Amino acid sequence: MEKTDTVQNAQVKTLRRSVISPSRGWLSLNLKEVWEYRELLGILAWRDITVRYKQSIVGIGWAIIQPLMTMIIFTIIFGKFAKLPSDGLPYPIFAYCALLPWTYFARSLGDSSDSLVGSSHLITKVYFPRLILPISKVFSGLIDFAIAFAILVGMMAWYRIAPTKGVLALPLFIGIAMLAALGVGTWFTALNVRYRDVKFVIPFLVQIWMYASPVAYSTSLIPEKWQWIYGLNPMVGVIEGFRWAMLGKAAPSITLLLIPSLIIIAILISGLYYFKKMEKTFADII
Amino acid sequence: MRTAISIENLGKKYQLGQVHSDLLTERIGHGLRSYFRKFQKGSSVTNSSQKSSGDEFWALKDVSMEIQEGEVIGIIGRNGAGKSTLLKVLSRITEPTTGRITFEGRVGSLLEVGTGFHPELTGRENIFLNGAILGMNRAEITKKFDEIVKFSEIERFLDTPVKRYSSGMYVRLGFAVAAHLEPEILIVDEVLAVGDVEFQKKCLGKMENVAKEGRTVLFVSHNMTAIRELCKRAVWLDSGRCVGDGEVNEVVSKYLQKNANSIHEAVWEDPRTAPGNQKVRLHRARLSVPPGSSSITIQTPLDAEFEYWNLVPDAKLSLSLHLYNLEGLCIFSSDSTPRNYPIGLIRDICHIPGDLLNDGTYKIMIMVVQENSFGIYQQENILVFDAHEDERDSNWYGKWPGAVRPKLNWTTEFINKSDNMGLL
Repeated sequence: MEKTDTVQNAQVKTLRRSVISPSRGWLSLNLKEVWEYRELLGILAWRDITVRYKQSIVGIGWAIIQPLMTMIIFTIIFGKFAKLPSDGLPYPIFAYCALLPWTYFARSLGDSSDSLVGSSHLITKVYFPRLILPISKVFSGLIDFAIAFAILVGMMAWYRIAPTKGVLALPLFIGIAMLAALGVGTWFTALNVRYRDVKFVIPFLVQIWMYASPVAYSTSLIPEKWQWIYGLNPMVGVIEGFRWAMLGKAAPSITLLLIPSLIIIAILISGLYYFKKMEKTFADII
Repeated sequence: MRTAISIENLGKKYQLGQVHSDLLTERIGHGLRSYFRKFQKGSSVTNSSQKSSGDEFWALKDVSMEIQEGEVIGIIGRNGAGKSTLLKVLSRITEPTTGRITFEGRVGSLLEVGTGFHPELTGRENIFLNGAILGMNRAEITKKFDEIVKFSEIERFLDTPVKRYSSGMYVRLGFAVAAHLEPEILIVDEVLAVGDVEFQKKCLGKMENVAKEGRTVLFVSHNMTAIRELCKRAVWLDSGRCVGDGEVNEVVSKYLQKNANSIHEAVWEDPRTAPGNQKVRLHRARLSVPPGSSSITIQTPLDAEFEYWNLVPDAKLSLSLHLYNLEGLCIFSSDSTPRNYPIGLIRDICHIPGDLLNDGTYKIMIMVVQENSFGIYQQENILVFDAHEDERDSNWYGKWPGAVRPKLNWTTEFINKSDNMGLL
């Protein structure tokens, strides 16, 4: 007992010295600190997942039901009635394969946008880099994605569609979707603390965004001369990438991935700076 | 002794009222409009008027102190004096506006018991969640897990969701996790106000141990008994400033005295400018304690004295006193006997007995009533005071439940002795 005490005392001599003072001018993003809090980030993501799947039937069911029901509705309305072309693929799997990244993106965006306001009880009581809140939401959404992905694999077996070598690029597309959700999410979650109408804007934006993405229809429907504007939407590249990787559709062009990626990075970096700038006031106004 | 925390000229400013709209759409609309207006007129539109409406409020101002390693410091002050703000700045929850704090080591803050507990998760799961939120890493929590469970006395309910816990169990679990934090600096806000006697004893013991191990503790409480018991040094904040710092008994006595004399009187000398209307005008309000008492405790009888001018001949007037607590709940109201008065000065004194109020901050509203039926003038917060709890012959430090705390007579007797109750 005595011994451990002296060891602890020895450690105490090398304490970290910290300074608290008002921040001024250009702030550093201090992403290193976010990394130091990665364990808390993991635990918060784990909490969200555990709570959602506590009532396991409802939890897992929800992850499947949402994309599945949307797929059925789309198949009836856009596939059967409107007879939208689905690039030679069966319409249900054509739609489901797009709904998979889309649902993940839309939910992560929504959850990360609510993350600060939804954690006001933590923000006013303990310190941690606030950025881990939206980040944890982007990670916890991956579980729902994985479950819904299993359904896609089942559907592919049913339709006898083999994935292409493009499957190896799948993590890249998921990564783009994560960064896109996080980039827009950091902007919105910080704005959400400050402005009380932001929470009404988000669902509306997500809905418009879905129709601006090739979820229910194929990119080939867009006239050639507008393709480049259409392609600025990062979810176009992600969704087309998914269809290419899983269903063997034509590969999306490099520009369809490169330029939107640059846009996402710009949104993300500006979002991080805006977040950082607002961070010090969160506890005061939330 | 080494300095654990050094605070220099710390200040925290809050903006009262709204400087900008809290609607994003409105701000964007506003921005667009002024942009187009500028475009049309070709000159800049005055837009600077926006930034005037808000008032500034300094929750902390020029606070400086040095805290030595291993010190247990009590922070006292009225509600709104800046105690919580100081703790929030120290725990990095909010950023200071001026000044700086330098400290060594980890800061653990316990501003609430069970921060981040999720009702759907079990006790076991919440230990990990809460521990991580308070700044422990997984290895530390795993190492201390058994100790935490033992301390909390909830072994049997470890795998029950905390939503099914009683409030006592919830608090015990929350404190157990926090108590096993090992920061070099521990910040504690009023957590002793919860839990039962046994548990509080345990918590106090734990806090003493923390101090013995050479760690620094900052402790905020309204309970002077607990402050005197736990701390050697006290810091007294008033309106965001540090107005007392020193040996605990000295600072606490001064604090209690200060609150007894000064702010409990209001005088308006000129009937033309005094608050009131064409019927009555206030002259004086005063709260006095019996000679010899230096402070207001819950035992002190109080005299609330009011003087006002009656401006109407032959008016039948009475005074109604309403006592509110800080949450705005009316604790009681009491009326004087109505009488007919000629034009002139009237004095009404309301005698509030000792051993009636609970500890807390109280506000008095008075109303001049005509004809025993309608109020002709009322003044809110005319007197504001704190009733303190100073001595207590119990080792329970929690807030006594109830809006009032009257000393009531009890009849207690032992009826008869019996060896066998028929139950054994």
